[in-house]
Amino acid sequence: MNFFKRYKLDSVLLPLIGVGAFLILWLAIAGRVETRKTLDEFGDPVTKTVKTGLSPDLPSPAETWKASKPYLAEPFAKRGELDQGILAFTILSLSLVMQGYLIALAIGTPLGFFLGLSKTFTKAMDPIIQVLRPVSPLAWFPLGLVLFSSVKFIDGGGKTVFGASDAAALFTIAVCSMWPAVMNTAVGVRAVPTDYLNVAKVLKLSRGKTLFKVLLPATLPYMFTGFRLSLGIAWLVIVAVEMLTGRPGVGGFLWQEYNAGSYSRIILCILTIGIVGLVLDRLMSVVESRFKTA
Amino acid sequence: MPFLELNSVSKGYGAEGARSEVLKDINLIVEEGEFVAIVGYSGAGKTTLISMIAGLLQPDAGSVKLRGEAITCPGPDRGIVFQNYSLLPWLTVFENVALAVDQVFPQWSATQRREQVEKYLAMVNLTPAAGKLPRELSGGMRQRVSVARALAMEPKILLLDEPLGALDALTRATLQDEIVRIWEQDRRTVVLITNDVDEGILTADRIIPLSAGPSATLGPSIAVDIPRPRNRKELNSAPAFKRVRKAVLDYLLGTGGRQKTTVSRKLTLPDLLPENLDEPRTLFGAKRVPRRRSEEKFESVELA
Repeated sequence: MNFFKRYKLDSVLLPLIGVGAFLILWLAIAGRVETRKTLDEFGDPVTKTVKTGLSPDLPSPAETWKASKPYLAEPFAKRGELDQGILAFTILSLSLVMQGYLIALAIGTPLGFFLGLSKTFTKAMDPIIQVLRPVSPLAWFPLGLVLFSSVKFIDGGGKTVFGASDAAALFTIAVCSMWPAVMNTAVGVRAVPTDYLNVAKVLKLSRGKTLFKVLLPATLPYMFTGFRLSLGIAWLVIVAVEMLTGRPGVGGFLWQEYNAGSYSRIILCILTIGIVGLVLDRLMSVVESRFKTA
Repeated sequence: MPFLELNSVSKGYGAEGARSEVLKDINLIVEEGEFVAIVGYSGAGKTTLISMIAGLLQPDAGSVKLRGEAITCPGPDRGIVFQNYSLLPWLTVFENVALAVDQVFPQWSATQRREQVEKYLAMVNLTPAAGKLPRELSGGMRQRVSVARALAMEPKILLLDEPLGALDALTRATLQDEIVRIWEQDRRTVVLITNDVDEGILTADRIIPLSAGPSATLGPSIAVDIPRPRNRKELNSAPAFKRVRKAVLDYLLGTGGRQKTTVSRKLTLPDLLPENLDEPRTLFGAKRVPRRRSEEKFESVELA
């Protein structure tokens, strides 16, 4: 181990070993294509391709790479609505996530503040929040469709620009990802030290000034922790939403490729979702750490 | 008309029934320009007392009046320096003081307000630290910022709630001198809360001991007739110092001391004799038990 430590190899090598082990496991359970030469009932030689293995339909790493290559090589290509480069899909998904996420923050942060400030409000809202919080995105989406069934914005050419399914998609993302922001903001507001509030009282700061000069800065670290967790959930929900709507995006592409039977690209989608999620989380924790006070 | 007047003030905490009285029948008169120190045990209700003068708490009974007007809410005419500094950690030293100045003097021009902040930061010798955040400062420096913030509001009365409680002895001594130096510049009315008798004698015109809680009350006012400037080194041998110190301590430890209570409790004496090693060790060790059982006795103890 000394050798590893001296050259700082363990931080490179150990993750590589982990990834390697994962690939080997994948390869072991992936299906293999075998070509068998047999005689048919007339005695003529025929070649038959058979898939064998623990999970015959699971494509091997090599197949996955081969099938994914065109999507990775031209990440922004647009060959059709549901046949685009992987980054083009990512951008489509991200833009939808961002819209839903911003709605979640716009509703969740003030809600969290009210919950933190008023015990009465907390008591009134708590049962509703506790019941709504664990509901899955799959359950919210149909309700969104019902709620916004009359939403329809049509452009000049008679094409629907923003319909019920778009509204339902945003609703689902917002409603699912809102809760960490709400809860953390509420906890943060409750955790504001009495000393800071005493300072505000002695200085006779107005309500608005107390909010923006004392409460908000003191709550920011908590709020950003909530915002980071919310973004993670918003990104989780996107796949479900895109599957249900069939919108172009990483999740929509994934579902389409499943229906089309090209399983290799499902794995490409999963990896993309994972990597994007990781990047988002890291970006948010950089922002979060900037707001750490004292 | 007295400047600050507390008239048979009482304050308790807790719900009806399980209520504990913290302060009982507090009478205090402070004249304008006076430096009064209130010395008492920790936990006696000193912070409660000063919170009521500041208006952060309302008395259950009695009245707190400043210049004849009842204090009903906190306000910038009573500058308070909290025990734990209470600086806003996301604001720099300058901004912390400026927040107070901007709030109290909105009619001033921006330049005037900036000069006010700079003046008071200079007064506590913190001009070089103006751009720093509180977490970059030592405890003593933070407390000086807190003092500057309170003074910059130009309050009618300055309330110091154990301002030096959290500091080490050396920093404490330096800041005590500094508080006196600042006070002598404009002789504002000061109420200092402390648990350090010497600190009170060094800084104040009068010392009023606060008896131990629950139901703490103020003792007789003891004048500190030592001429200013008081020298820390000479003070220790001054007869006046000794007299004042004795008077305060006599009250705190004597009549105003904690009410003597006795409790009777069961004492268990430990086994003093060792195991009997001559006996063979058996599976359960039954034979090797100590030869004497624990002794129990009852004892009445007087609580200090």
